[in-house]
Amino acid sequence: MPIALGLEGSANKLGIGIIQHDDTGKSPAKVLSNIRDTYITPPGQGFLPRDTAQHHRDCILQVLRKAMKEANVTPKDIDVICFTKGPGMGAPLTSVAVVARTLALMWNKPMVGVNHCIGHIEMGREITGAGNPIVLYVSGGNTQVIAYSQNRYRIFGETLDIAIGNCLDRFARILGLSNDPSPGHNIEQYAKRGKNYVPLPYTVKGMDVSFSGILSHIESLAEEQLKAGTVTPEDLCYSLQETLFAMLVEITERAMAHVGSQEVLLVGGVACNEKLQEMMGQMAEQRGGKVFATDERFCIDNGIMIAQAGLLAYSTGYETPLEKTTCTQRFRTDEVYVAWRE
Amino acid sequence: MIDSAVLIKQGAEARVYELKPFLTNPNGCIVKERFSKTYRHPVLDKQLTHRRVSQEARCLFRCRKAGIDTPALYLVDPEAATIYMERILGRILKDIIIEGKADTDVLADAIGAALAKMHDVDVVHGDLTTSNLMLRDNNASLVIIDFGLSYVSKLPEDKAVDLYVLERAFSSTHPQTEALFERILTSYKTHCKQAKPTLSKLEEVRLRGRKRSMLG
Repeated sequence: MPIALGLEGSANKLGIGIIQHDDTGKSPAKVLSNIRDTYITPPGQGFLPRDTAQHHRDCILQVLRKAMKEANVTPKDIDVICFTKGPGMGAPLTSVAVVARTLALMWNKPMVGVNHCIGHIEMGREITGAGNPIVLYVSGGNTQVIAYSQNRYRIFGETLDIAIGNCLDRFARILGLSNDPSPGHNIEQYAKRGKNYVPLPYTVKGMDVSFSGILSHIESLAEEQLKAGTVTPEDLCYSLQETLFAMLVEITERAMAHVGSQEVLLVGGVACNEKLQEMMGQMAEQRGGKVFATDERFCIDNGIMIAQAGLLAYSTGYETPLEKTTCTQRFRTDEVYVAWRE
Repeated sequence: MIDSAVLIKQGAEARVYELKPFLTNPNGCIVKERFSKTYRHPVLDKQLTHRRVSQEARCLFRCRKAGIDTPALYLVDPEAATIYMERILGRILKDIIIEGKADTDVLADAIGAALAKMHDVDVVHGDLTTSNLMLRDNNASLVIIDFGLSYVSKLPEDKAVDLYVLERAFSSTHPQTEALFERILTSYKTHCKQAKPTLSKLEEVRLRGRKRSMLG
């Protein structure tokens, strides 16, 4: 029963998780522990690479001890150490990779470098039991519509400029919303109280989307109309979510129609937004499909997903030799050869 | 009218029906009805539906007038968000490529030429995939279908994104066909009057797409 330790720190979350697979591959994977520590910045501020890396360095040993303790494992129980190779911010990525390498050398364990996006997808599939879904991967740095074909997760649609989470986070900064627990969560709460729909640009190009123009537009709206009192921050959050999520649902539906799939899997930090899940559900219902989503434990960046994807690769005989355990900021989802699926 | 129509496809946007016969045409026609999306805010839904019906009809007509092979437009019913158009007797390109029997070079040249013509009249398709290209059974002419996301634009940027969408559709639906897409672009270049600004913009758009893997 192989056990993997996964370390994730590509953005402002530091996560360490321990997972155990069944030898036969029949029963679901066991999550032994899944610990996370988030670097939260003051309202109106984003997280900078240097400060984020410092946060990770400061708390990684503590998080590691907690993960080992909760899983009730000792170093000798662990078979493989998995870490995020990319994509992500350079400094936080490398700060975590250093720890992964040290552990591997100290405990004499093999390593597997994992693509962060693949981690999200594999964890989502494991938890929800979705077979071969269209994946909508939405987070602070990524917006992609993905489908599996011939040993790769292929990107059918994506953002042409900024990511959905980035758009939401930056708007939260304009409004001065708190970053605790996350800016997106606070936008969601504001949106629940919004009543008036303010029309915003709507930019879908085939299966691709674009958010930067919408952000500029709503920024100037906020500047002019909030002061004048003609709109409320709640209305703006509501309208922003309605517009952005409608675009996401539309491209997902288009991909479903194109590929002929009836399943959707939502992954990534923005995927835990209940409004998005609800809208996706309505779309699926209209076409007789099904939505799979997970909660914040697995949606938001975490170590367990890295352990999951890493262990899948490891079980096919894949290892990353020490000299290749570098990190990369740019690492496309479709660059990874998926040997563990047919 | 639509009662006697047979649903043949539920796309992402619309229900597509076959109505046979239509007037004097025994092959009938295609009826494309955009339905309301329950997930969308009603205001947004109405605005999008209305805009797309008229844009689709306008672009279909514009292409047809320029001699590009597209379904002929029969009737537009804006209230019912429905368009009646020619039923193409043929097969979609996706199936033809997957089947692997056709001469893909000939196909690529035809695609490039058709897209060049379309962009020359400033029509941006908005959803170019191999599911939205067809070959007529009788004369093997390449038909561009589904103008549901199309619009009129002179900007090289918009045309470049149009090509980029197709490139991505190729690489995701038909892996290992990079050479084929290159050939499409070569043909596009020879046929399109303003190919240069569009193709150099395409380089930029590609790089932009690449950048999207910046963060986790």
